[in-house]
Amino acid sequence: MPKITYITHDGEKNTVEVPTGLSVMEGALQNNIKGIDADCGGSMACATCHVYVSENWLNKIEKIHDAEQDMLDMAYEPKKNSRLSCQIIITNDLDGLEVTTPIKQT
Amino acid sequence: MINTDAIIIGAGPTGLFAVHQLGIIGLKCEIIDNLDRSGGQCIELYPDKPIYDIPAIPECTGEELTNGLLKQIEPFKAGFHLGQRVDEIKKENNLWILKTNKGNLFSAPNIIIAGGVGSFEPRKLAFKEAEKFEGSQIFYSITNKDLFKNKKISIFGGGDSALDWALELSKSNEVTLIHRRTEFRGAAHTLSETKQKEKEGKILIKTPCNLKSIEGDKVMSGIEIEYEDGKLEKIKTDYILSFFGLIMKLGPIAEWGLNIDKKTIPVDTENFQTNKEGIFAVGDICTYPGKLKLILSGFHEAALAARACFKRAKPNETYRFEFTTASKSIHDRLGVKK
Repeated sequence: MPKITYITHDGEKNTVEVPTGLSVMEGALQNNIKGIDADCGGSMACATCHVYVSENWLNKIEKIHDAEQDMLDMAYEPKKNSRLSCQIIITNDLDGLEVTTPIKQT
Repeated sequence: MINTDAIIIGAGPTGLFAVHQLGIIGLKCEIIDNLDRSGGQCIELYPDKPIYDIPAIPECTGEELTNGLLKQIEPFKAGFHLGQRVDEIKKENNLWILKTNKGNLFSAPNIIIAGGVGSFEPRKLAFKEAEKFEGSQIFYSITNKDLFKNKKISIFGGGDSALDWALELSKSNEVTLIHRRTEFRGAAHTLSETKQKEKEGKILIKTPCNLKSIEGDKVMSGIEIEYEDGKLEKIKTDYILSFFGLIMKLGPIAEWGLNIDKKTIPVDTENFQTNKEGIFAVGDICTYPGKLKLILSGFHEAALAARACFKRAKPNETYRFEFTTASKSIHDRLGVKK
């Protein structure tokens, strides 16, 4: 099962196994990872599952769509490497993925 | 004080259908929502996005679903109290007394909480300094545009609200529109009109950049923005308008002594009652083993909660299950003509 590492804004790391097919957001909720709220439950309507993805992983995950980019406008401190974790679906290629959560989601 | 059989908190699809389910069994209700219109998340988050999993409706938008529900509950003449939030509840004998932030009082033996993920509030600027200027020089919505006449205005955001207000206020003000990326999202004609105004020098557009700091002690005098490449720029500003959409906050519901688990309220699936007698929770805000956050689940939950309300609203009457196809009393309540 792919291992996903969630890093808080102050550097605390949590590595968990998440089954393929789930989103990075769902992986966080199922493992009680702090820092991801996911208020809308994954309907891409709230921008509270916002994460930063490191450069070397950014091109390995599926490209960002306009609707996600639009929603990220609403996120707290979005950057170039911002993604909504509900839109990153875990595959075996993403084994080892690291995402960092922002200081807060709202 | 308004006395009724049940008070519904939240006018999203589940709350609206609760009006229907209460209505067909002969119960009266009042419905309260923090937003100034019905529809909840359907209207605020995805009015134009299609929904494909409403039984017997292959495809409809959030707005169409809301309008359909409003039409369906018309016969029951429920009292709508929009634009106000329930702040306090207390129990007196067998009745719940509710007070809204506008000071309105309600009393009923039953409360149905259909509050979704909580009440919608504007997403605020994440700056400590922003707080002291909120309401005087920093605004998240506009009620009186005359305030801004002949002023320097910095607008943040990249969506329709930001663009619409930039266009409107550029008629009599110096407007700077600031956005974190070069693309804006908005209606096509709004986008082209904004481009035109930029060409004419009526609107200054600064992208890709973010707010870096707010200047001024008692009075805000200006802001500093930071471009993606690290370059800084100061902009003289009398007013900041910030349009970063809405967030959902559980709000006062958390203070009512209800059991809360990860922003949701555990319920008994027999009647959707919470840990407080006479308070029910339905829709996205309730949780139980196997809970699905679907509109159709909310409808089912509302149907069962409504039946449970009957016993508390009419303790001396016996509830009888009836089908809408065959029941004369339901037809009367619906105003069905023979």
